Amino acid sequence: MEFFHKVTRFPFMNTRKVWYGLSAVLIVGSLALAGIRGLNLGIDFTGGVVVETTFAQPPNIDALRAALAKAGVADAQLQVFGSSRDIRVRLPPDPNAKGEEIGAHILEVFQGVDPSVKLQSTSVVGPQVGKELFQKGALALVAALVLIAVYVLLRFTSKLAFGAILAVLHDPICVLGFFALSQMTFDLNAVSAILAVIGYSLNDTVIVFDRVRERARTARKLSIAQVIDESINQTLSRTIMTKLVTLLVVLALLIFGGETLHGFSAALVIGIVAGTYSSIYISAALALDFGLVTDDLLERKSVKPEEVDGLP
Amino acid sequence: MISYPRWKIALVAIVVAVGVLFAVPNLFGEQSALQFAKDSGELQASDRTAIEQVLKDKGVTPTGAFLEQGRLTLRFASTEDQLKARDVVAEAKPDAYTIALSRASRVPEWMRNLGLNPLKLGLDLRGGVYLVYAVDVQGAVKQALDRNEQDFRASLRTAKVPYQDVVVDYPDNRVQVLFRDEDGRTKGRAAILADNRNMNLTDTTVGGAPALQLQFDAQQIQTRENDAVEQNIVILRNRLNSPELAVSEPQVARQGIDQIAIQLPGLQNSAEVKKILGKTATLEFRMVDENDNPLEAVTTGRVPLGAKLYYTRDKRPVLLKREVVVTGDELTDANFQPNTQDGAAVSVGLDSRGAAKMLKNTQENIGHPMAVVFIDRSREKNAAGVDVDKTTETVINIATIRGVFSNNFSITGINPSEGRELALLLRAGGLAAPLTPIEERAIGPTLGEKNIQQGIDAMVFGMLAAFIFMGVYYKVFGIIADVVLVANVVLLTALLSLVGAALTLPGIAAVVLTVGMAVDANILIYERIREELRNGVSPRAAITAGFDRAFSAIADSNVTALIAGLVLWLFGTGAVRGFAVVLVLGIATSMFTALMGSRALVQLIYGGRRKLDGLSI
Repeated sequence: MEFFHKVTRFPFMNTRKVWYGLSAVLIVGSLALAGIRGLNLGIDFTGGVVVETTFAQPPNIDALRAALAKAGVADAQLQVFGSSRDIRVRLPPDPNAKGEEIGAHILEVFQGVDPSVKLQSTSVVGPQVGKELFQKGALALVAALVLIAVYVLLRFTSKLAFGAILAVLHDPICVLGFFALSQMTFDLNAVSAILAVIGYSLNDTVIVFDRVRERARTARKLSIAQVIDESINQTLSRTIMTKLVTLLVVLALLIFGGETLHGFSAALVIGIVAGTYSSIYISAALALDFGLVTDDLLERKSVKPEEVDGLP
Repeated sequence: MISYPRWKIALVAIVVAVGVLFAVPNLFGEQSALQFAKDSGELQASDRTAIEQVLKDKGVTPTGAFLEQGRLTLRFASTEDQLKARDVVAEAKPDAYTIALSRASRVPEWMRNLGLNPLKLGLDLRGGVYLVYAVDVQGAVKQALDRNEQDFRASLRTAKVPYQDVVVDYPDNRVQVLFRDEDGRTKGRAAILADNRNMNLTDTTVGGAPALQLQFDAQQIQTRENDAVEQNIVILRNRLNSPELAVSEPQVARQGIDQIAIQLPGLQNSAEVKKILGKTATLEFRMVDENDNPLEAVTTGRVPLGAKLYYTRDKRPVLLKREVVVTGDELTDANFQPNTQDGAAVSVGLDSRGAAKMLKNTQENIGHPMAVVFIDRSREKNAAGVDVDKTTETVINIATIRGVFSNNFSITGINPSEGRELALLLRAGGLAAPLTPIEERAIGPTLGEKNIQQGIDAMVFGMLAAFIFMGVYYKVFGIIADVVLVANVVLLTALLSLVGAALTLPGIAAVVLTVGMAVDANILIYERIREELRNGVSPRAAITAGFDRAFSAIADSNVTALIAGLVLWLFGTGAVRGFAVVLVLGIATSMFTALMGSRALVQLIYGGRRKLDGLSI
């Protein structure tokens, strides 16, 4: 079986203004969504208390809510997660919160409504933890981008490196936009996923660049735009096949991995799709607009100083 | 024929064989177990026989047993047996052992002896409690400054040098000694330096008065803060490893600059452990002030010079001399003894300095009473939610010195439930800086099991999807990729078991993700081979070219993923690190299996054929 028996001839470079437009819409839209709706941050970042309970049969949530209010548990958010028998209670950060006691208290209140309830987990996170995680997360993101940029810079030329980094930036922004749109809980695992996406999405870009460099050296008659077009088309099958298989696997994670990994898997799915798109349509195109020429890709012959001196 | 060095095929075979060996222990699964320990000393073979006899009498049979590092682990067929056994032993031999619920792997003993162990499971998979404490590093610096202040006062008092005041300046991290005149300062410096050699004292003037100053510089402060965290880690580890606490396999690790993360697998009720962890308890030995009346001091509110007012546990006032004979810092050992002729006792060992002081003191004071003061510092929140350090000092024992002793003696008059805790806290030492809990997660065992199940489901279905896809799309080469993929998972499991990294749910996610990414390398190679074939290259040349030319692309593309993984490893804590470890190792194993493993298989299938008309790709 083969989906790409013939090498495709899509004019990626000529149509690049269209794709830039699409990317601009995606980026602006994502940032606007994140700015207006905001992210539904998990307690990893906000601090607070989360108590997870499970019942023998789906409980009456309104009765649970009423019982909590009656017991004086203020500002409790109730949420069904996983199956309809699992109830999650989330409380804002409280300096006096002691995990054990809160868990036991909520369990007791719920037992008044339905005795079959069992405590699954309790998490108490202090507000200072979230602040620190935010800083660390941002720092990790920047560090990863810089290191990857340095690597691409060493392996390819500066113009390709800038193209790659700009194209890669596009992916986490799309993931953020998705989280803002869906209001899915954005937790620490989602951050891991974003970083993994950054590293992984560059894979295809690197494959394309590799081919561009190879072609630029052998097909000297073609213009650089033609070389890029050819290279993307020639590598299109592997770009899509590799991402397709990874996507299949990640979808299994999204479907079977359970509630804890939902944010993580969703971030990966969006990130992989966005990454594939940006590797094909954006990264090499940006490099072209940064003024990439064939000479940039040829193996530089070191000019010896004596020869320069020897010139008349 | 296609040439590929034999040694490379042999290398692949050896690596995979070793991988299988290290991965095999994971097939045995885990069992409910009990861990027995003794309050003092190691558990002996005789204890083992006794425990096994008790269980045999009650008809509970463990399925396995081993004695390791003074602890006895018994395995049971079911959780019911485990719980029943615990109750039986606790009833038959009350207080003789501490018993912790744990899980032990079913791996046979001979395998364990070879160092073959299964993967460790993270807390989210096996249940347990995760705690993060912030160390009050500023508090540690403050304590150091306070200690200097007290030392200075003591030195000046002993040398009888007049001084105005000793002032501690916290925000500026310095101690200043104020004198009346230049002469006082000269003598004062000599007195202080006599007791504290190498101390860097500078001259200064405070409000016109000549003064000496000890200033901590940034380097000293950083060292002190760092030491405080490291010391606290050691102490917490000591406390958690005490047999008095029923905790199995506790893990204590530094997190960031000033945090300590603690993992307590299998623990369900963390209240007792948390109480012990946050505590700062120490002892002081002081002579009783027999010349003054403590009741008078209470009624008048005037404490005589050179004395300090304390209360005993039954709220009786006592006056003790200000000078401390020996402090808890000079303790080397403490053991709880539940049944001495004087009731429960804690036997105490002192270091040479403490022993010398105690010897001198007992020689001079035979027939006089000495008191033991128990100092308990804990950190609590007041009504406004602000941390307040609370210190309670209680006289737990007053006894008349009957003979001369130095480095080894017993403290009696302790109530049994406290004695156990006191011995533990004394032995582990005092915390170098106060701790504040900032994060706490408790995961129930049923949730852990659910997480494992979901993780395994995701992995199985994800791999199955990739398998079928590859087989259909690339035929024989696809099946080669599938075999290589299995080898990759085996190697990854082996590597994780070998390095002892704990597998978490995000870790399983990373395994699944690396499976997806491992396929990439194969696809890159096969697509290249197809491309070469399309260009009219012979099958043999296409194989060689496919592997050789795809190499740089595979290496380059994996390096970027590796960078991202390493950054996560570096910056991440807890679950994130669990993900990063697996991701990084997974990328490494997948590169090896795709480039070498897959090549070796292709060689074995196609390499020997003299005539090769086409490839099943």
